[in-house]
Parts: sequence; C-alpha cells; structure tokens
Amino acid sequence: MQAATKVTQRWTTTVSGSSVAILTFSGDISSASKDLILGAYHALDGTAAKVLLDFRGVEYINSSGIAIIIQMLLEAGKSGSHAFGIFGLSPHFQKVFTMVGINKYATLYSDESAAVAAL
Amino acid sequence: MKSGSFVQVRLPSELGYEKVAMSTAASMASLMGFSTDRIEDLKTAVAEACINAIEHGNQLNDSLAVGVVLSSTADQLEVKVIDDGSGVRDLPTVPDIDRKVLGEEGPRGMGMFLIQGLVDEAEWHQGPPGKSFVRLVIRLDKEGQ
Repeated sequence: MQAATKVTQRWTTTVSGSSVAILTFSGDISSASKDLILGAYHALDGTAAKVLLDFRGVEYINSSGIAIIIQMLLEAGKSGSHAFGIFGLSPHFQKVFTMVGINKYATLYSDESAAVAAL
Repeated sequence: MKSGSFVQVRLPSELGYEKVAMSTAASMASLMGFSTDRIEDLKTAVAEACINAIEHGNQLNDSLAVGVVLSSTADQLEVKVIDDGSGVRDLPTVPDIDRKVLGEEGPRGMGMFLIQGLVDEAEWHQGPPGKSFVRLVIRLDKEGQ
C-alpha cells in the first residue's frame, strides 16, 4: 500500500553555461521507489556533469528512500561523473539528511535558483 | 485532550501501512500541543519503528499484525510498536556515510539511528512472539510547546 513515486527530468543551464539535469520527485519515496529513481538517474547516461534533486513535491520519505539517494551518490562516485545538489526538502528532512551525512556529498540548497547559482 | 488518553492501532505487516501509525501519532501529538517540528520528528520515528516491525519483526508475514499503542500523560506521549519478532539485539549505530558512499556498507540500516536521534527516549525490548517492542517517548518542554 505504498503511494506512487513520480520522477520527471528537465534541464537548465548555469551562468557559466554548464548544463544541469534536474530530477524532480513527487509522491512518496520508499523502498518501492528504487527502480524508478535509479532508472531515471541511469537515463541521464553521463550527459550532465551536475545533477539537482528536487524534493518539493515529495510528501513522504523514509530511511529506505534515503538509501536510494545514497545508492545514487555511490554510483556517481564510482563513475566520477556528477556533482550533486538537493533542494526543496522541508526543514525536517533537511535535518534528517544532515543527520545521516548526505550533505557531505550533496549540498542542500533552499531553492532551485540558489542551487543553480551555486553549481 | 485529557491526560491519560490511550489509542491502539493494529497494522497489517505490509509496507506503506506505517503511514497510518504515523498519522495517528501526529494527530495525538497535535491534540497535546506539540510543535510542528516535534510532530515531524515523531512522524519519522514512528514510521521507522513500524517499518522495522513490518520488515524485520514480522518478516512481511501478512498473517501477523504490528501493534501500535499510544499513551499520553500531562507532559509526554509514549508510543510502543509491538511485533512478533525476537526483538533487536544490537543498539543503533551512527551511519558511516563515507563507507556507504564507497559501497563498503549497505546504503540502508539508518532507521534505528533516526529513531534514537529524533525522540527523547527510545528503548528496544526483546521478548517472546508478540511481546518484542520499541518504546518511544517525546516530551512537552517547559516552554509549553
């Protein structure tokens, strides 16, 4: 009885002209979301040096969902391919992501414009 | 809400139903006057406790239920999450994000750590089937949050 996850992909460009892929999540992020989220990440196929994860539409995320983000960071580290940023987390989940240390590998930004400006 | 209120919920051992316990705990905490951020802490802790009970305690066995018992006093809300497993032997450890990102340990295994970090008390009790439980407590602070 897990609510559906949705992932959409879009692109933007930094001031310096670098392309940034944005994966926008909505719904719930839990163990059931793994194939969809990692599939969306794999579909980027090394075409973006910078990836932003947009959590504005996420209603619920649990530790299994956080583990999927860690899996993404693991894969990025192995391929040496992406710089990650995260925006749209509620203050509570900013705290949770910081507790588990994700902010060491993916900077947490207040919003999309701050994230794109910093990349 | 009067002090000493008691609510009990029984969840199927199916992932997703932790949200029912989470919503119930949030409603009770709201009635008691907890702040929004403390309610968010409680929601995550209760959800993680229920996920552990569903996945590890009851092994996703749909013939077993997870019990959630919420009890309030004047200054605290206690939540017990009860399953049919043998209980947790090891206390939570701090996740090592470096080892996780390097693939030296699995990406999961953060639930107990989050529970412990988000509530005022967290205890894991081992027992016979139907008697193992985790007990969580959040307290109203003296500023009357």
